[in-house]
Amino acid sequence: MPEKPRTLVEKIWDSHFVASDPGAPVILAIDLHLVHEVTSPQAFTGLRARGLKVRKPGQTVATADHSIPTLDPSIPIADELARKQLAQIEENCREFGIPFHGKGSPTRGIVHVIGPELGLTQPGMTIVCGDSHTATHGAFGALAFGIGTSEIEMVLATQTLLQRKPKTFQVRIDGRLQPGVGAKDIILALIAQIGIGGGTGHVIEYTGDAIRALSMEERMTVCNMSIEGGARAGLIAPDETTFAYLKGRRFAPQGAEWDEAVARWRKLPSDEGATYDRTIVLDGDKLEPMVTYGTNPGMGVSVTGRIPVLADVEPGARDDLERALAYMGLAPGSPIAGQKLDVVFIGSCTNGRIEDMRAAASVLRGRHVASGLRVLVVPGSQQVKKQAESEGLHEVFKAAGAEWRESGCSMCIAMNGDQLEPGEYGISTSNRNFQGRQGKGGRTFLASPLTAAASAVTGVVTDPRTLAAAQPSAVEVH
Amino acid sequence: MPEPFVKTTSRVISIPRANIDTDQICPARFLKITDKENLADALFFDWRFTPDGKRREPVSFIDEPHNAGRQILLVGDNFGAGSSREHAPWALRAWGIRAIVSTGFADIFKGNALKNALLPIVVSAERYAALLVVVAANPDGEWSVDLDAQKVTLPGGDSFAFEIDPFSRTMILAGTDEIGYVLSRLPAIEAWEAAHPARIDTRQGAAR
Ligand code: SF4
Repeated sequence: MPEKPRTLVEKIWDSHFVASDPGAPVILAIDLHLVHEVTSPQAFTGLRARGLKVRKPGQTVATADHSIPTLDPSIPIADELARKQLAQIEENCREFGIPFHGKGSPTRGIVHVIGPELGLTQPGMTIVCGDSHTATHGAFGALAFGIGTSEIEMVLATQTLLQRKPKTFQVRIDGRLQPGVGAKDIILALIAQIGIGGGTGHVIEYTGDAIRALSMEERMTVCNMSIEGGARAGLIAPDETTFAYLKGRRFAPQGAEWDEAVARWRKLPSDEGATYDRTIVLDGDKLEPMVTYGTNPGMGVSVTGRIPVLADVEPGARDDLERALAYMGLAPGSPIAGQKLDVVFIGSCTNGRIEDMRAAASVLRGRHVASGLRVLVVPGSQQVKKQAESEGLHEVFKAAGAEWRESGCSMCIAMNGDQLEPGEYGISTSNRNFQGRQGKGGRTFLASPLTAAASAVTGVVTDPRTLAAAQPSAVEVH
Repeated sequence: MPEPFVKTTSRVISIPRANIDTDQICPARFLKITDKENLADALFFDWRFTPDGKRREPVSFIDEPHNAGRQILLVGDNFGAGSSREHAPWALRAWGIRAIVSTGFADIFKGNALKNALLPIVVSAERYAALLVVVAANPDGEWSVDLDAQKVTLPGGDSFAFEIDPFSRTMILAGTDEIGYVLSRLPAIEAWEAAHPARIDTRQGAAR
């Protein structure tokens, strides 16, 4: 009898099923556990209190990204709490035997940037991290999701998690993206459509021609923001693009093991006839660059669009909209393009990889940022930084009047001193525009690196395609 | 190790907003702590204080004296969206909240809440609308939330049943902790590991 067709998620789930007792959740084996300084200290304290060891230090890896400054690393860390937290992760890793890519390491960086670039993130794996953007790793066809600190302790102690099987949600993006439209625009458009709770209880699988055509880094951008649509995880089936990205990376399989791994990975994509609990289809041809106007990532419109008026939204959402626009200080019905900016932030685990740096540089090359504007370019990892510098991108940014920093989360979460001041407007390539997320009282527009860079040039929210038209050779569109 | 939790009787704080994210519940700058203490002060901090640190006028509901000690929240849909920080349920618990009634919770928040014996109680949209009316009519009425009976009793005696993950319920009622449970299944984990050798070793090539 032929086996029942299964989705990618079901295959990974089945192959990591350890045990389940009646009424209890499944004990699911975890292949890779990523750890950072902010959500882990209490978990290590818990381990110590129980007298437990880390069960699989070789399947655990740690870095420092959230509260670490992005200034010259030789400057002592001014914030006492951040300094203590950074000292603590180093100490915890030493005590429990966990490899630590810390301050001064050439492989340090945002946890979701270094996993893939080191080749640790591989198809078919289960990957967890005390961070909701762990879904990023789903770009490789891994089941990757964020966990809380109690669960971090669980994984450290047992290398497993208690999980209930999630529902599956197929998001199919057909067609082909237009020039100037990228991965960030796909995901912002999706979230604007399904809402920030739209994927709750589900794992998304992204399919369709527009997804297949994306590079690995672009796929990571899409999967990264799955949580912004309420889904704990978002995956893309592995293919030749995935294998080509992984080949030769430090922790990727080598030689005969590589061939075996690829053969195994080829069996992962969802079977013909596999069914999803839910499916939605978007037309990639029709997507435009997207910008958010409100205080959650679902409040987005096309850059050619207008900020909604109350009548545009469901009655139940009007309070939310009113409160959001009051916080943002924006007038309902006005065009989103042309809104004034104080700060531009290019970076984060959503858009802090080398292709993002190249996209931003392609716009800024030979141009200057608008006067009075503060522009911060923060690479996602030290390796991204090094690569960008070897291509001379840092010179492009500096010549344009932007700041070029050490890697880290930086203004995505504003824990390290990089932040918006109260009332300031920032356009940001990160993933969250919640009230105060980028600094107390700060007001965030989320957008792609192309849109953010174009806006840096003009000082107002700008459609990157209009800048491209003015000087077509300067913008690489993809 | 958590204490067993069965039931609470308390007045209710109503926040009729949807999509209250964990950055509102506990702003990121409070995540630099390395313990779980003192988070009560961080709860809804930016709703309570202006960016230059002054208490807002009028004071936020959280700081109204008559709300002190209330243990039940009634909130709009998709509560706890965003960041996975367990600091959000820690802050709610530290402030004294034991149960949250809503039409829906974000997945990670819900899991984190259950691990901290903070009950996420899901109700239908109709029930939620009716509960808002109950609170408006009787803002100081006492509700009781009974986890053992899976029942909420309202001020006039009306009650309704709620669903909750049965495994989490057992754990919270007994004050047992999930790590202890999984460790009791160690032989199954060892058997799985023996059959599935690890695909990576993060210690290879020694991280510098
Ligand atoms: S860059 Fe932002 S979203 Fe990504 S891990 Fe850091 S803080 Fe979280």
